[in-house]
Amino acid sequence: MKTTFTPDIAALDELARRPRKPWRVSLNRSKYLLLLILPTMLYYVLFKYVPMFGLVISFKDYNLFKGIWASPWVGLKYYKMFFESPDFYVLIRNTFLLGFYKLLFGFAAPIILALLLNEVKNAFFKRFVQTVSYLPHFISNVVVASMVLLFLSPSSGVVNEFIQWLGFEPINFMMEAEMFRSIYVISDIWQNAGWETIIYLAALTAVDPQLYESAKIDGAGRFKQLLYVTLPGIAPAIVIVLILNVGSVMDIGFEKVFLLYNPSTFETADILSTYVYRTGLQRGNYSYGTAIDLFTSVINLAFIVTANWISRKTSETSLW
Amino acid sequence: MLISILFGVVLATLYPFIYMIAVSLSSDVHVLKGDVFLWPKGLNFRMYEIVLRDPHISRAYLNTILYVVVGTTFSLLISSAGAFALSKKEMFLNRTFTLLIVFTMFFSGGMIPTFLIVKSYGLIDTVWSMILPTAVSTWNLIILRTFFSGLPKEVEESGKMDGLTDIGTFFRIVLPLSKAVLATICLFYAVGIWNNFFSAMLYLRDADLFPLQVVLRNLVLEGQATANGATSIGGDQLIVDESLKFATIIVSTVPILLIYPFLQKYFTKGTLIGSVKG
Repeated sequence: MKTTFTPDIAALDELARRPRKPWRVSLNRSKYLLLLILPTMLYYVLFKYVPMFGLVISFKDYNLFKGIWASPWVGLKYYKMFFESPDFYVLIRNTFLLGFYKLLFGFAAPIILALLLNEVKNAFFKRFVQTVSYLPHFISNVVVASMVLLFLSPSSGVVNEFIQWLGFEPINFMMEAEMFRSIYVISDIWQNAGWETIIYLAALTAVDPQLYESAKIDGAGRFKQLLYVTLPGIAPAIVIVLILNVGSVMDIGFEKVFLLYNPSTFETADILSTYVYRTGLQRGNYSYGTAIDLFTSVINLAFIVTANWISRKTSETSLW
Repeated sequence: MLISILFGVVLATLYPFIYMIAVSLSSDVHVLKGDVFLWPKGLNFRMYEIVLRDPHISRAYLNTILYVVVGTTFSLLISSAGAFALSKKEMFLNRTFTLLIVFTMFFSGGMIPTFLIVKSYGLIDTVWSMILPTAVSTWNLIILRTFFSGLPKEVEESGKMDGLTDIGTFFRIVLPLSKAVLATICLFYAVGIWNNFFSAMLYLRDADLFPLQVVLRNLVLEGQATANGATSIGGDQLIVDESLKFATIIVSTVPILLIYPFLQKYFTKGTLIGSVKG
């Protein structure tokens, strides 16, 4: 393997300007620290960076027996195959819409909940609500998906029992493609809204109480205080979370979709990662699946960079 | 008004659990009639006896406990050591390491390359496949690093005076001072491994190694019976099936429900440390 060395001009400059201990000294001083960080870096290299190099198989005809490096190159064959596939448009649409609805409804819920909690004067009750609302965050996706399937079951689910009690026909929720996104988003809010209030509640405690005092003196009621003191106070936190969420719109967790969908809802539920699993991994089309993996990673990176760029241009808050 | 909305939130969060517990503790007749809503009717623990006696479930339970204990210890040790080193700005190549780590939050090798690489390491169908591929979480690492950089320098320096190396300082001085944040990260790792379905699905074929989550999924989502006779009790198969499934869900969630409230005071603090500097 060839290695290339590009000198870091700025660093060299700095070295030249002020007298510094040679890097050998710095290395020697850090030897115990380097020993401490070794397992961590080994993890990142072995389980994060080596797989990134494994992405080259999307440009190759991967053969299990030849291995990654010996398989023949095929250029963009698998990318063309994906872009020309009839599934392409459906997958992009499903992934984007699911992420978009999650963002649209899931983003506001924790802010509202945090603002409500902030108005509670009774410390015990506040703590109780917090404790309870964080709880679903710790429940596994398998359990949440199981609960959804069992509660919505057309024959014995409690939701359908209620619908029948009201005098309607039972609905086979999990078989209706048009229900999937709502079910996914609602269960997602149930799981995460409480937990996501943490960052807003932290930002709320940092709002200067004197601001409320002066707002009161100026005759602002509770609602106006909320509008002119509280919201501007937590705006930076809101922007950061928004960037992160916009950045991960296309990056929907595989697990829950996989656990909730079935062939009759593929039409709306099948997203890039579940498709990669089915066509790439289960059917052994490793190169094709990897092409979609790389495509997804690039899209996700583009989203987060763009979100950060827009935020830096329009407000003073950004991730980097 | 405010109180009633928040009470609604509490109810919406807890009711599913209350309902599942009530149904799983009720007698078949009442479950069949569909008149169980809040508390069990015809209280009995038969479902729990069946679940706990089932060889597949108890096997999976032990597997999960093994993965959680070994994995959490391993992850906690590696990440706290790594985070401590990263908190030392003077460490050789510190910035490079930090950049390499943060970059993985924004770009990844994806499912298939990761699978093939893990396979090439020979981890498929081993206990390690549940521990190594998810050993370090970047979020947890950042939380720990931020905490360690906030520790007063003087304390560590006193250790140095006594002739401790960085490794000695870390184990003898820094770790004992960091119990709250370690408890938080311990909880995060433990819950992550307890709930991990993805790794098991990708890397485990051998049913003897299956963790609870996989067995639960097979039981609930695919409707497979766990053991002969487990589902053949009672009149209506489907309904009894339901209380059996609820009982399994409760059994596999109870450890989290029990530990969690005690650790809550730690983890809110711990998470905030991380979010301050991100």
